[in-house]
Amino acid sequence: MEILLIIIIGLLHAGGLYMLLRRSMFKMIIGLILLGNGANLLIFLLGRLVKGNPPVIEDGMKVFSDIYADPVPQALVLTAIVIGFGLQSFAIILIKRVYKVLNTDDLDELNSTDEEI
Amino acid sequence: MLIAVILGFIFALLVPLFSKFLKNAIPFLYSALPLSLFIYFLQFLGEIKFRGHILFRFEWVPSMGIDLSFRLDGLSLLFALMITGIGFLVFAYTAYYLKGHQYLDRFYGYLSMFMASMLGVVLSDNLMSMFIFWELTSISSYFLIGFNNTDPASRKSALTALSITGFGGLVMLSGIILLQATGGSYSFTELLNSSEIIKNSTSYAWIITLFFVGAFTKSAQFPFHFWLPGAMKAPTPVSTYLHSATMVKAGIYLLARFTPLLGDTFWWNSTLITIGAVTMVYAAIHSVLRVDLKSILAYSTISALGILVFLIGIGTEKALLAAGIFILAHALYKAALFLITGIIDHETGSRDVSKLSGLKQVMMPVAVAGFIAALSSAGVPLLLGFISKEVMYEATSQFGDWAILLTVLAVLTKILLLVAGFWAGIKPFVGKLPLEFGEAKLPSPLLWIPPLLLGVLSLGFGTFPSLITESLIQPVFSSISGSDTIVQLKLWHGFNLVLMLSILTLLAGGILYWLWKPSNDLFQKTVQFEVVSPQNIIENGAKSFGSFAGLWTGFFQNGYLRNYVITILAFLTLLMAYRLFGEVDIYIDWDQISNVSHYEIIVVVLMIISIFFAISTNSRTTAIVALGVVGFANCLFFLIYSAPDLAMTQFSIDTLTVLLFMLVLVKLPKNKQYSSKGIKVRDALLSMMFGSLIAILTLEVFEEPSSSEVSKYFADNAYLLAKGRNVVNVILVDYRGFDTMIETVVLVIAAAGVFSLMKLDLNPSKKDL
Repeated sequence: MEILLIIIIGLLHAGGLYMLLRRSMFKMIIGLILLGNGANLLIFLLGRLVKGNPPVIEDGMKVFSDIYADPVPQALVLTAIVIGFGLQSFAIILIKRVYKVLNTDDLDELNSTDEEI
Repeated sequence: MLIAVILGFIFALLVPLFSKFLKNAIPFLYSALPLSLFIYFLQFLGEIKFRGHILFRFEWVPSMGIDLSFRLDGLSLLFALMITGIGFLVFAYTAYYLKGHQYLDRFYGYLSMFMASMLGVVLSDNLMSMFIFWELTSISSYFLIGFNNTDPASRKSALTALSITGFGGLVMLSGIILLQATGGSYSFTELLNSSEIIKNSTSYAWIITLFFVGAFTKSAQFPFHFWLPGAMKAPTPVSTYLHSATMVKAGIYLLARFTPLLGDTFWWNSTLITIGAVTMVYAAIHSVLRVDLKSILAYSTISALGILVFLIGIGTEKALLAAGIFILAHALYKAALFLITGIIDHETGSRDVSKLSGLKQVMMPVAVAGFIAALSSAGVPLLLGFISKEVMYEATSQFGDWAILLTVLAVLTKILLLVAGFWAGIKPFVGKLPLEFGEAKLPSPLLWIPPLLLGVLSLGFGTFPSLITESLIQPVFSSISGSDTIVQLKLWHGFNLVLMLSILTLLAGGILYWLWKPSNDLFQKTVQFEVVSPQNIIENGAKSFGSFAGLWTGFFQNGYLRNYVITILAFLTLLMAYRLFGEVDIYIDWDQISNVSHYEIIVVVLMIISIFFAISTNSRTTAIVALGVVGFANCLFFLIYSAPDLAMTQFSIDTLTVLLFMLVLVKLPKNKQYSSKGIKVRDALLSMMFGSLIAILTLEVFEEPSSSEVSKYFADNAYLLAKGRNVVNVILVDYRGFDTMIETVVLVIAAAGVFSLMKLDLNPSKKDL
């Protein structure tokens, strides 16, 4: 199963980069989100895969009695997901503004300085 | 001693104060400075004669081995006396030469700054502080050459001089550091003890190469010589002081100073002899092709510096003695010639040697000074130049197999320099006085006494060499050569080869002077060779380097963000791929891989299909939906592999993103195809390489045994310390609570940004947007 996940991580990175390199701002954001997903999955995978044993201590116990999934990558990924959302929503609104002001979705038309706006 | 060195800096700093309250007294005040320093240094003559050298130590940056130690020995004393003595004459001369100049006060400030830096260079025992003073001379020279700052040519020459000497200085700095690394000290006196270790070390070749570049740039050796003629844009007192008597000799000083430490090896000698010989002959030929008095003097100065390098390169006791005497003799006669040129320029407004003549009739004392200087430069008996020339011929004619070649070169240079000297010191004064210069008159004694005084010294030392033999030349010789041989200077050596060579030089020079008249035509003919001159080559090199830098920057900093990404990632990918395939053994450890169940397969297939759709679709809605599916598939992975919190977060966030996307972006225009097919293929290739690289790296990292001490600590203590059962939550709100708080702040900032971007109206006149 890990091999399949690794392939998916590679696909997400490749697809994310490819979209990041497009001139359209919309596609750029898609790329950003794909890369984010890929990175999250990567970190998660490195914590090893454990089925059906979330890192939650059972009621009445003080420590784990069974094996449990690594909590540290989970905490990291949780943070990353939330921060990623902040970035995505900001970027989405930003390109909307850019489109409103400049009437274009093409990054190459944004190479000039502020004064022309 | 410290005060003596930095007094000039203090005076330079006080210029604004003085010019406000004592404007008229500045020339006197500032001329008193070098005079008193000259007297101060004179009183060391006796002590140096007996003790060899005196050390003065002042701490500066002891932790780095840098201090302000000063070493006074024969060589540095000779230079200190020249700097302050000629300095005094120049300071006094300037009082009249630039009388009433708007920036006279500034000029004196620069001059004192220069004098202090130059004293620092020749007196420093610590090589680091010597380097600092060395650079300060370049900087003050920059100000002085560009003193007429309204003249573009003057500014350009100043910049050229600064870049060449500054460059050399930096190269020398690396030499100093290397020397310190090899010899273990920045102190010259301490390094002297480890001379053999340094000479036998592997970095010796580097050290001398780096020092040579420093010395050759400063002392205008071929091919770095061209800044010196350019520097003649400076007012004549500056040319006298910096560019003939003192600063350009700093390189010579450096070589002479390091002769006992680094000298007397094959590379040292052969390099110096070659460069010195090329410079002296090349510049001597140039000097007799010029018509501008200052150009003639500039080239003859370069040639003289070449002679000094050549002599130090020969390195025998006789040659070093000749160098020592020649430093003094040259300073005396060349400074006089420059000062005389300044007077002629000042009084007639012309420096064209082909037009000047007959000035003897109006300015006799100047003419006398000119004759003495020219004769000393020619090496006529009874003048100091004669003695230096005799010793030099002795040195060359005794130099083994190469004696004949070296002697011929020396004689040739001397003959040409004789002509150049006569042009500068005799030609303007003899013959008929042309009408156009009829109004020239004898200037203030302040102008003509300095060159006359220098002439008197040439004459006095030349006639009675015993005046300086024991007191000055002997210590100079000892500190250059490090030997104890007793120096004897005599006027009469008997009829021998050296005397024949002297007579030959004088005769040939006299005949050449008689036959060869300075002419502008001849100079014009040389202009066509400028293309291959080192100046042109180096300037073109600098220019093409500039345009290369422009192209380079334009290529990499092209303003397209994605091109930066491509460059960085392509480089990274190729580099990592090279390492991965070259040295890493890629394998799959099946023991660590878990089995695949059917529901997992479904999620994986779902994921792959939706990634494919998100990338390839042209419809915006499809892309957003596909993205949503990717997110939800991710969510399922989290759910399957025991991360319910992640699954929940991912689920809600993904829903929000899709909604936001839909709400905001649906109104955008249709997706357009911007890129051509080729670009897409290129990007796709790079992306696939990058993706594979990440996949391989993930595999490699995954196979590595991981340490889970941190996780174990968190899990073991989640309930015991933090009273929480969900370890992930405990980590977020307890162990890493601060991180989470800051993260919340980031989210708030993002929300504020989103909100203000939605409300922001950049163009109030177009409300309908």
